[in-house]
Amino acid sequence: MSGPAEPKKYKNPVLNWIEFRLPIISYFEREYGDYPMPKNCNYFWSFGALATIILVVMIVSGIFLAMNYTPHTDMAFDSVERIMRDVNYGWLLRYIHSNGAAFFFIVIYIHILRGMYYGSYKYPRELNWILGVFIYLLMMATSFLGYTLPWGQMSYWGATVITNLFSAIPIIGEGLKTWLLGDYTVGNATLNRFFALHYVLPFVIFGVVALHVAAVHVHGSNNPAGIDIKSKGDTVTFFPYMLFKDALAVCAFGVLISAVIFFGPNLMAEVDNYIPADPLVTPAHIVPNWYLAPFYAILRAVPDKLGGVLLMFGAIAILFFLPWLDRSKVRSCNYRPMYKWFMMLFFVNFFILGYVGLKPAEGLYLLIARLGLIYYFGFFLIITPFINWIEKPKTLPASISDIYLGMNK
Amino acid sequence: MAEVKNNKRRSFLQLSTISLGAVGTAAFIWPFLKSMNPAEDTLALGSTEVNIADIEEGQGITVKWRGKPVFIRKRTQQEITEAKTVNLEDLKDPAIDDDRVKKDEWLVLVGICTHLGCVPLGQKITDMKGEYNGWYCPCHGSHYDSSGRIRKGPAPTNLAVPPYKFINDTTIKIG
Ligand code: HEM
Ligand code: FES
Repeated sequence: MSGPAEPKKYKNPVLNWIEFRLPIISYFEREYGDYPMPKNCNYFWSFGALATIILVVMIVSGIFLAMNYTPHTDMAFDSVERIMRDVNYGWLLRYIHSNGAAFFFIVIYIHILRGMYYGSYKYPRELNWILGVFIYLLMMATSFLGYTLPWGQMSYWGATVITNLFSAIPIIGEGLKTWLLGDYTVGNATLNRFFALHYVLPFVIFGVVALHVAAVHVHGSNNPAGIDIKSKGDTVTFFPYMLFKDALAVCAFGVLISAVIFFGPNLMAEVDNYIPADPLVTPAHIVPNWYLAPFYAILRAVPDKLGGVLLMFGAIAILFFLPWLDRSKVRSCNYRPMYKWFMMLFFVNFFILGYVGLKPAEGLYLLIARLGLIYYFGFFLIITPFINWIEKPKTLPASISDIYLGMNK
Repeated sequence: MAEVKNNKRRSFLQLSTISLGAVGTAAFIWPFLKSMNPAEDTLALGSTEVNIADIEEGQGITVKWRGKPVFIRKRTQQEITEAKTVNLEDLKDPAIDDDRVKKDEWLVLVGICTHLGCVPLGQKITDMKGEYNGWYCPCHGSHYDSSGRIRKGPAPTNLAVPPYKFINDTTIKIG
């Protein structure tokens, strides 16, 4: 029995055979071959591709680490030391994984700030933005869980402090915390489940990334001018132009991360985490990973337990609402003479918050953290919604191609 | 679609199917969620007996009970007086010292800061004891007094007193 004649779309018969049964070939052709990219996109548009590649590297290095790692309170620390000393290239796997996590956050922060500066979160890309914030949340959870695994002093006390945040919730807090830990304190039950979750969450992230990319491809990518694509002349195809541009970005990034992995693998690590966890002694300075420090600064800036916890989670949750807080129709800050500077200040402020989050919460640091906290929320709740009452945006170019017409004069 | 004769009956069937499905799903999820709570053997880690004969006045020891540090301090006369004479209105979590000890010189506390769970300093002679001569938590700066009550800093409540009893003059059973 033979069905209808199979269409001959491709020269290669194997591709044709697959395409007829599962049109995946044409899908990739459409989404990663002919996909039109605005031709004015700069290198900030390569950070999504960078992030995807790091995610894959994290999953691969993690799986190989897991082959030698033991999730038990008596053995975890020693198994990581064994990875470092005895397992062939174990040190490399671990340094790739720990520095990879830090660089993952650097890349994601640039990616997010790119989206904020050029207004990529606005209509019609709101859902794309929301999925992105979900990815960010999942990444924070994953790296927090991963940081517990080596079972050093920072692992143990970081996990203790963070899980205790939940005990601030009235009534159900204590019960919720015990439920999360599987014990009354961070213990073996905790380490076991943290490992199980640390293993699985990156695959969940992978799924959300797929949705995130699919969503951006529906209406196409934003661009530095923040205006819609008007004609084919405004775009270049993904292959070969963007692919090669992204490939170049990946090479440059590879050089940078290799320099750190090989010449300064502990630059971003905490010394205290090379001391085995001791439930009876807290290190003098507990610090979170630097990439979570801005939120830790917010937590400590508030003198009340519940208040601090609420503001900290609020600082992340508010990102979800950004597309509706911003009332301006103009996307790109390049055409918003006032908001542009508030946006820049927001970036600087976030950086400063991160810095004071790593310092003891007292004196001047505490004052700076409080000012930073006020600006953080002021930016989202006052400046962003109301600035367009006084701001006069510059005239937008009629089309992306028009930007280049002016340049030849 | 053919005309629906008995709308009421149809919506009844729909509603009961949905509610039964919801109850079934909830019943199915319950054991999974419950499995994450502390297991029987974790709960059974009951009690610890501690010999306190060798503790000098003004000294403290830290023992482990249910994975948590427990502070046992033999207070000096001065510390006892300080703890007893404090004005209750100055306290964030008011409690009188008599309710927090069984014998005046022995103070037994769970050594976990009620803010976010660090172990406060003050057990060693060389440790910082904070502004109220008790314990000081270095994590976010909470000060506890010589009865383990919170006096300053972000912690909301006093250091907890675990269940314990004196088996004889030199042995305490915690738990
Ligand atoms: C989103 C992707 C991931 C992130 C952001 C991440 C993050 C981290 C971090 C921050 C650490 C602590 C590193 C250290 O200080 O030593 C860690 C450790 C670890 N991770 Fe991951 N990870 C990811 C994916 C994975 C995956 C998919 C697996 C397993 C299949 C895995 C397995 C491990 C293991 C076994 C350790 C403990 C060994 C060590 O400390 O080096 N990770 N992870
Ligand atoms: S944990 Fe003790 S002050 Fe925060």
